[in-house]
Amino acid sequence: MNNSRKTQAWISLMIWVVIIAAIIAAPAVLPVFRLNLLGRYLSLAIVALGVDLIWGFTGLLSLGQGIFFALGGYCAAMYLQLNSAFEFPNGIPEFFGLYGVEKLPFFWEPFNSPIFALIAIWLIPSLVAGVLGFLVFRNRIKGVYFSILTQASLLVFFNLFNGQQKLINGTNGLKTDVTLLFGQMVGSDVVQRWFFWISAVLVIFAWLFSKWIVRDRFGNILIAIRDDEARVRFTGYNPTIFKTIIFAIAGGLAGISGALYTVQSGIVSPQFMTVPFSIEMVIWVAVGGRGTLLGAILGAVVINYAKSLVSEALPASWMFIQGGLFILVVTALPEGVLGWIQRGGIRNLLVKVGFSRNIATYPKLEIADREDMKV
Amino acid sequence: MSSPLLQLKDITVSFEGFLALENLNLSLQPGELRAVIGPNGAGKTTFLDVITGKVRPTNGDVIFKEQSLIGKREHRIARLGIGRKFQSPRVFENLSVYDNLALAVAIPKKPFPLLLGRLQGLQIDRISQLMNIINLNSRATSLAGSLSHGQKQWLEIAMLVGQKPDLLLVDEPVAGLTDEETELTADLLKSLSGENTVLVIDHDMEFIRRLDSPVTVLHQGQVLCEGSMETVQNDPKVIEVYLGQPEEEKL
Amino acid sequence: MQLIIESLFNGVAIGSVLLVAALGLAIVFGLMGVINLAHGELMMLGAYSTYVTQLLFKQIPMLKPFYDIYVIVAIGIAFIVSGVVGILLERSIIKRLYGSPLETLLATWGVSLILQQFVRSVPLAYGSGVVVALLIALSSPLLLPDDLLAGTKGKFIKAGTWFLSAIAGITTGGILSSLVSKLGRASARNVDVTAPSWMRGGIEVFGTTFPKTRLLIILITLISVVLVSIFLSKSSWGIRIRAVTQNRSMSDCLGISTETVDVLTFGIGSGLAGVAGVAVSLLGSVGPNVGGSYIVGCFMVVVLGGVGNLLGTIIASLSIGVMTDLIGAGRLLTIWPTMPSPLASTIDFFATTSMARVMIFALIVIFLQFRPAGLFPQKGRMVES
Repeated sequence: MNNSRKTQAWISLMIWVVIIAAIIAAPAVLPVFRLNLLGRYLSLAIVALGVDLIWGFTGLLSLGQGIFFALGGYCAAMYLQLNSAFEFPNGIPEFFGLYGVEKLPFFWEPFNSPIFALIAIWLIPSLVAGVLGFLVFRNRIKGVYFSILTQASLLVFFNLFNGQQKLINGTNGLKTDVTLLFGQMVGSDVVQRWFFWISAVLVIFAWLFSKWIVRDRFGNILIAIRDDEARVRFTGYNPTIFKTIIFAIAGGLAGISGALYTVQSGIVSPQFMTVPFSIEMVIWVAVGGRGTLLGAILGAVVINYAKSLVSEALPASWMFIQGGLFILVVTALPEGVLGWIQRGGIRNLLVKVGFSRNIATYPKLEIADREDMKV
Repeated sequence: MSSPLLQLKDITVSFEGFLALENLNLSLQPGELRAVIGPNGAGKTTFLDVITGKVRPTNGDVIFKEQSLIGKREHRIARLGIGRKFQSPRVFENLSVYDNLALAVAIPKKPFPLLLGRLQGLQIDRISQLMNIINLNSRATSLAGSLSHGQKQWLEIAMLVGQKPDLLLVDEPVAGLTDEETELTADLLKSLSGENTVLVIDHDMEFIRRLDSPVTVLHQGQVLCEGSMETVQNDPKVIEVYLGQPEEEKL
Repeated sequence: MQLIIESLFNGVAIGSVLLVAALGLAIVFGLMGVINLAHGELMMLGAYSTYVTQLLFKQIPMLKPFYDIYVIVAIGIAFIVSGVVGILLERSIIKRLYGSPLETLLATWGVSLILQQFVRSVPLAYGSGVVVALLIALSSPLLLPDDLLAGTKGKFIKAGTWFLSAIAGITTGGILSSLVSKLGRASARNVDVTAPSWMRGGIEVFGTTFPKTRLLIILITLISVVLVSIFLSKSSWGIRIRAVTQNRSMSDCLGISTETVDVLTFGIGSGLAGVAGVAVSLLGSVGPNVGGSYIVGCFMVVVLGGVGNLLGTIIASLSIGVMTDLIGAGRLLTIWPTMPSPLASTIDFFATTSMARVMIFALIVIFLQFRPAGLFPQKGRMVES
């Protein structure tokens, strides 16, 4: 046990060194376009951390994280739009003019305040997730039922936002790249570079936060709920509360992620709440390794980067690759790449293929390892 | 006689017309060790389900420490002081032995104390004491999933004890155990009674005999007879149920 | 009164598409606890089958006189196409994932992506060829005598059948693409199925016009439901399916080949998706995403109806259909014009198809607060484990 923990720690440490080095080097090496993409993918890693917390640790497969992601994005975009609305008629965002709306809808008002907006970005998605989660968990709806209901909620929110032109510009969404922040255009290189740094720092914070959540007994309870919810109940815990809390936390992370993604892609629209996007989030985590927080981050960044590269070269093939990835990771690599490596996957593979010269000693080492675990 | 710790009054449970329990009455005194036996389908597990809140009885009342348990949810009942061990061992396989016990002994069982607080010294002592009892001290950091069947059974009993319940409900604790383990389990349960109230369900007669406790025989959802092991064994009704009517045993 | 009849008819029409689509999903979910996210894409295959059938009947001289009944032929073809693809899916992927429903859900999503891209990138003629090849390859072990397939020799024969079916598939593709040029090109654009002349227009009863296509869809649904329920309750395989649904390991012990039951159920469930695809193709244009727009509705039906319950599925889909029409078309206001104004404005707010979905979902969530396991929950001790 000690040995494998040590190897795991070493692997994580090495990966972190690589990640941090890459982040620091990126602005110098990458052109602005690529840097911006990387920044977006780093922000997606935050929503992936949330998915990992609820799915990898607690066993709740949500297919509706797009809701919270989009809510965070809308909160950020509403503030930015208001912040630069002074030049338009009635002092309200431009799009309202198209639909003949002259008065700001009431729920826009608080977003004049930057502090409110910053809090709303994570608090509103958290609250929505908390309420939705509580209503579902309270009735002990779980497994695929939960997944289906989250997917249906996603569709509901999509329709809700898509249809309301007069309130939030409906299907066109809210643009952020031409808005102002501290007197600078949000879409400008300078501001984008800043958002890259903010994304990088927030990924690390989100990781530390998630790590803290699962570090001790709270994390153990989540795992226990995933494995045997009834037993948890008879041990005197109320799983509903724990599930609601972790779902709300994941919702908050999704909100932060959505806000960062919005300001870096220049727009938030109901497209953030389409069914495929929310399921994709799950596959990032699945490929990276569910139950390993680092895996969620790596999965989100690497898969999205691969997606953009492949889509540029061969647009039609990405769907095949992605579809194949879903099937492959579920049938052949259920622990994900990082989980596989942590369990000695590479070593085992080398032994299998015959590359390793130490074949004879490895089985012994394996046994020694197990003996070690017993002590 | 002091007031009973647990009292079941006229409990009836019906699953779509099938009566799993019918007008069941039973009471347990504090500190008592009680064995409940009965052929398959007698309603033993349903009987535990009713006490622990998993199944809501169609009729009747369960009184524990002078309050009714009907309508209370499982975790509330567990916090009131009723611990349950399942038929097949159910421990958290992806957590270590230590972590399993840590979840059981934690107080209060609420999210924020768990997230922010740490185990107190007393609780840590209690965990190592429990691990000593079940002889798993050396495997504190192994995953519970890697334990043998018998060790899992014991870990679950230890978790139960760690909850400090007033009433322990133990469902078939010796299923799949070796003879030696069975004896040790019987001694363990005996040593727990007195301080705790223990209710054991099983159909291993040797094991029940070794418990040396009053026995309640369930049959078709009703109490067939109550008394010491000898009384029960010589009761004609019990003999009929166990030996005389093989058709019913097949149920 | 006339309004109410019209509204009911529309609701039932919407509901019956949902029903035939959800029927297959519900059967598969009931039996295996598997949510098949590729169900919508199986519907899409059914819709494309209708399109291909229609083109064939239009372009091939020999079939031309029978053009009027192509829809009926298409139902059979769609059932087979989707059924075969479904069986392949079950054999290759889902079989490995029994007992882990969430993983199945993700894997089937992967399948749905591949199927969508497949119809975009592969010409329909060759797509049909693939189905023909699959059909031959999957059915040959059943048709050939057992002793031929035994031992080493059997392996060669099996490989041979796969080889032959691949050739048959390619040939089919080639022939189809040369016969009907439209089928020879890959296209991501939507296609339209035109109904034969006898199906256009409507029938007038009590001064209300009922469109014939919708009546046909209701009829298709009715027949499917009746056939499925007869199959499940009367035929020996139906009884086996129900036995496995209730207790898999016990059925195994009783000598029921659960594997065959799985294949059969999945095939039938997928085939029904194909039939639903025919219905869908009659309502609007057919594209790679056509299934996706129905699938969530189907899930709602399954959630609302309860697991493995035919009656629940029927009631749930019809009531969702009626509600969609009542709310979405703003019909409540027409039926009850003197409604108090705050209520009226709320109803008006939800009076579009998409907002009706929002409303219905909210109602379903409220309903689940009282009946978490749906309209007809399973009962007993085994449910929770």
